[in-house]
Amino acid sequence: MDKLLEANNLTKRFSQGNVISRAILTAVDNINFYIKPAEIFTLAGESGCGKTTTAKMILGFEEVTSGQLLRNGEPQTDKEKAWITEGVQAIFQDPFSTFNPMRRVDAYFHETVYNFKLAKTRKDAIDWIDQKLQLVGLTYQDVAGKYPSEFSGGQLQRISIARALLTDPKLIIADEPVSMVDASLRMSIVNLFKQLRDELGVSILYITHDLATAYYVSDRIAIMFRGKIVEMGSVEDVLMNPRHPYSKLLRDSIPQADPKLRWDSRVTLAELEHEEYSRKGCRFAGRCPEVMDICKTVVPPDVRIDDVFVHCHLYEELEEA
Amino acid sequence: MAESKQVVLRTEHLKSFYILDMQGTQKVVKAVNDVNLEIYENEVYSIAGESGCGKTTLLKTLFNEIVPPQRLVDGKLYYRINSEEVDVTTFSAEEKRRLRMEYISYIPQGSMSVFNPVIKIKGTYEDFIGSHVEVKNRDEIFAIARERIQELGLPKNVLDVYPHQLSGGMRQRVTIALASSLNPQIMIGDEPTTALDVVVQRGVIQMLKDIQKKLKNTIIMVTHDMGVHANIADRIGIMYAGKIVEEAPTEKIFDMPLHPYTQFLINSLPKFGDKTMRESVPGSPPSLADLPTGCPFHPRCPHVKDICREKMPETIKVDAEHKVACWLVEEEFNG
Repeated sequence: MDKLLEANNLTKRFSQGNVISRAILTAVDNINFYIKPAEIFTLAGESGCGKTTTAKMILGFEEVTSGQLLRNGEPQTDKEKAWITEGVQAIFQDPFSTFNPMRRVDAYFHETVYNFKLAKTRKDAIDWIDQKLQLVGLTYQDVAGKYPSEFSGGQLQRISIARALLTDPKLIIADEPVSMVDASLRMSIVNLFKQLRDELGVSILYITHDLATAYYVSDRIAIMFRGKIVEMGSVEDVLMNPRHPYSKLLRDSIPQADPKLRWDSRVTLAELEHEEYSRKGCRFAGRCPEVMDICKTVVPPDVRIDDVFVHCHLYEELEEA
Repeated sequence: MAESKQVVLRTEHLKSFYILDMQGTQKVVKAVNDVNLEIYENEVYSIAGESGCGKTTLLKTLFNEIVPPQRLVDGKLYYRINSEEVDVTTFSAEEKRRLRMEYISYIPQGSMSVFNPVIKIKGTYEDFIGSHVEVKNRDEIFAIARERIQELGLPKNVLDVYPHQLSGGMRQRVTIALASSLNPQIMIGDEPTTALDVVVQRGVIQMLKDIQKKLKNTIIMVTHDMGVHANIADRIGIMYAGKIVEEAPTEKIFDMPLHPYTQFLINSLPKFGDKTMRESVPGSPPSLADLPTGCPFHPRCPHVKDICREKMPETIKVDAEHKVACWLVEEEFNG
């Protein structure tokens, strides 16, 4: 099977403090996943679960502590530390801080065209840019000579997608691309991702905390909790029939836009974040409704049930049987 | 049930604009434009709308906190104080100050800026409560604070820490506990759960519901998340370009939205178990400084007619509880 991107035992540790007192925080702990061509893969989880750190490692903004990232089956070499190349492009959360407010938007397009030598003349460049802008429902006339403040958040996010498309990438890393966009305009961005996958065969690593749009748009999903992937599989399996207690909690906590589906159960909130990171066994043990003794001391294995990976002691016997 | 409801807050043709003087040319931002509300005792009223539709300005106006360049251009705002309806727009600064916390309190979105970062949480409590309650010493203030904090199930030692030691969700819950500590009649929340994670958001909503049940007071809340509305609100007002375009009990808004904008808002939401194509509201929201003529939604409306471009529709009552301002409904309704 073709794998566009593969992460093997990817780990990132941050150390805080000085020589005398040092705290080590494992932000991403031994995660494994892969992305196939023309698929939307979602990394979902709450803030502080390590999903953005994973994206930063893929993009080369953070060094990998241990483990490996393979692109098309080949490990990255020291020379190409930065992965933002023709093949991999990124879209970030806040469209207003993606663009310099004092700089015209079209300058970003011309700069990318120049850097990657995508066109010989200025006219070719404009044609090329116009073609990419049309994919997101805009034209070159709409952006020429304008500053970021002249656009709405949704428009700017579409402009940054068009800019990412300039190099014909195979993979787009989208880190919370809709969380700053108004709910009423969110679907236009999410639909665009579907369209890019279906029409251009672009793969998207969609990083989000919004499980409803994740279900709507993606093919496969991985749920992260405190640096670990706790459940991974197709969205239908993971979100419609969550197995890990944390996935269940997360899934049930999405406020449903239907007054008949109000919550009737109560929820316990996390203790201090730091404590959860430094737990010995399963990191969810402190809040898990189905906690067992073993969870507090032993790190759970990755159990495979059908095509879903679950990182939980509850399902251990199932696999052996 | 409708007849026994007591109105606690009422507005009449409320208009609040930002009037900006820019190098000789005047720019008027019509953020709250002719809003009529009747908010009852013991209910959660929530207001939905896109960013830049005037939601926050409306809340500030309802809180009776109008700071230039915002001005109250026209209209009246009544609170029901000691079973008497009072026009509070004429109140002096001292009278307004007395009403805050005791009668009406405010929960902001970013709880980081509520607490002074260099003093412990109890210092902030002392400032807030001490300026309203006549007490002999600080211990009495802390007794009030502790009682509420324990009732809401927050850790006891929360008063003795600094704001940065709390997580975002905990800070937001402490802020809500503070806003409720003098048992106000009305609590106003400006996107109180927006910056939070889903599980934490659920905890905060749970707490707001608990407080409302306990105090039997009114919560007026603004958020753009329709899921949150569905979970907490008794009635919902849909705001578009400074006006309330539709208002109804929660079930009615979700089951039978009448205004095309409300229909878009609800139909664009993705649901679990349903992957059919969802469409956003077309176009982008209008600038409040340069509103289109007629109905402000007409440039984005798929059912637009000639009359929509010329005249703003009146708000009509479809039934006792369901109000909508749209020409389509008006025609259907009046034959």
